[in-house]
Amino acid sequence: MSAHTVVPEQSVQDTCAMVIDHPAEDLLVLRLSGAWRIGKALPSPDVARQAINQTPGVRRLAFDTQGVTAWDSRFLAFAGQVITEGTARQLTVDRSGLPAGVRQLLDLAAAVPARQDTGAGVGPSWLARFGLGGIAFAQNAIAMLAFLGEAALSVLMLLRGRARVRRIDFLQFLQDCGAQALPIVTLISFLVGVILAYVGAIQLRQFGAQIYVADLVGIAMTREMGAMMTAIIMAGRTGAAFAAQLGTMQVNEEIDALATFGIPPMQFLVLPRLLALALMMPLLTLYADLLGILGGAMVGLGLLHLGGVQYYLRTAAAVDLHDLSAGLIKSVVFGILVAIAGCLRGMECGRSSAEVGRAATAAVVTGIVSIIVADALLTVIFDLLGF
Amino acid sequence: MTDEPCIAVHDLDMAYGDRVIQRNLTFTVNRGDIFIIMGGSGCGKSTLLRSMVGLLRPVRGEVAYSGQSFWGANPAVRERLLRRFGILYQAGALWSSMTLAENVALPLGEFTTLRPDEVRELVSLKLALVGLAGYEDFYPSEISGGMRKRAGLARALALDPDILFFDEPSAGLDPISSRRLDDLILELRDSLGATVVIVTHELASIFAIGNNAVFLDAATKTMLATGDPKVLRAETTIPTVRQFLTRGEEGDGHA
Repeated sequence: MSAHTVVPEQSVQDTCAMVIDHPAEDLLVLRLSGAWRIGKALPSPDVARQAINQTPGVRRLAFDTQGVTAWDSRFLAFAGQVITEGTARQLTVDRSGLPAGVRQLLDLAAAVPARQDTGAGVGPSWLARFGLGGIAFAQNAIAMLAFLGEAALSVLMLLRGRARVRRIDFLQFLQDCGAQALPIVTLISFLVGVILAYVGAIQLRQFGAQIYVADLVGIAMTREMGAMMTAIIMAGRTGAAFAAQLGTMQVNEEIDALATFGIPPMQFLVLPRLLALALMMPLLTLYADLLGILGGAMVGLGLLHLGGVQYYLRTAAAVDLHDLSAGLIKSVVFGILVAIAGCLRGMECGRSSAEVGRAATAAVVTGIVSIIVADALLTVIFDLLGF
Repeated sequence: MTDEPCIAVHDLDMAYGDRVIQRNLTFTVNRGDIFIIMGGSGCGKSTLLRSMVGLLRPVRGEVAYSGQSFWGANPAVRERLLRRFGILYQAGALWSSMTLAENVALPLGEFTTLRPDEVRELVSLKLALVGLAGYEDFYPSEISGGMRKRAGLARALALDPDILFFDEPSAGLDPISSRRLDDLILELRDSLGATVVIVTHELASIFAIGNNAVFLDAATKTMLATGDPKVLRAETTIPTVRQFLTRGEEGDGHA
């Protein structure tokens, strides 16, 4: 189709061309013709550059643009490059041959000299970057500790009944991090139970010890997976939401508006989120434990042909209150960590929409890292305590 | 208390990290003034406002309200001073999860012992003052930018402030709305007896309502002049100030 497309005004004259003329010993004239537009094949400025550099004895440079039927910014860029090259070679550039509009625009572009000290381009060396990274990490850790301390102080204020928390906000967050998280917690913990049971079943069947799948699933869910999976879900779901909400409030100066009314954002914004998540996490975890055990039972009954009562009794015998409470204690810690990570990143957010996205990402990363680190620590501590 | 200027800024230096924004700022704002903080884009007008209302601690110098130092005071005093301010942010900065009525009611609920029905009445009154009667149950996202600004003003007026701060009140408003906002500011000053501090570069507003001003310069990073903008326009010999106040038509022609 394109081969037959006829552009009406297209003619031989419109083809861009450049002839380099050398009418006098010291004079170089660029004779340009055609329609110099975006989308056309244009002569390369390198040809003109070469001519300027390689013709001996040239002192002056001039343009003849009588053949130019139309031009746009590509012509401008071309002329600009040629003039820059000519000036650099200390030629006298005569611009009177250029169209008046081109001359004016070139003047406009040259009116404000290019900034030299933007500081961009040259980055620090790898050693400096490594050092800067280390400093940033330390500052980050200090900021997190300071935030944690401030949050703890506002919890104290709350206990003394002097914190400014809107009840309706708190209830809203309870619903957000509780009831509304149920569907995804249901799906994920049920499937985690199924996966655990499968992995166990394949191994244990070799010894005819299928019934121990109940132990495996029960203990793994209550001690570890229930709390951890719920926490990771909440980090992705609620932690990111907290960071985005607070970040957007930061961008809109809403947090400034609170502060200048004398309402501490820590109490008004962070505290209800922190409390809601710390309260809802153990409930969600309990629910996740139950669903995980159900998932395991489904595999036990369906694949391993264990009896339902048998499976129930085995689970009840294997899982004791220690396992359950270890998981629940962890879940409270995880909930606090996720809320702190989300709120901290949101409050630190800069004042642009790109920063909000970065804050949400950072909230999830910080949340998940701190969940895993805390889980490792708590597991070791529980083990030492014989819990 | 009566002799002291309403706001006295003395030798103020402001910086973000290592980047100095403005230094050596010294000026006073008298009670009942409509005080303009003016200057070209990016010269630190809004930063000065942030330092005056307690959002950015200056690296040096002092902001005093009726003789009481703000940054040198303990948090309780500072909070009491803050309670006397009403601030209108550039885009209104309404709390987006609350309706207009809840926005205006929040400070009333936090800092007064009014009954809920009294709060409701006051909220309706404040919204009516800025021409938003009947918009109580709208969320900030449901109204236009100009309305959001007026709602922000209603919230700033919630606690009957002594000092009103405006950050670029006419930014993003059409000339008529911006003129109406100016009239509203004048009226509020006259009827409430408030002192008004406005950050703006809108010449029409500056001459229409300002009776005192400070001019900040981005190049020298300090203030170049202070006083009544109309007098400054007539008498100043400083080229940058003259050029700004005459929209570049007088003073040295260099752009």
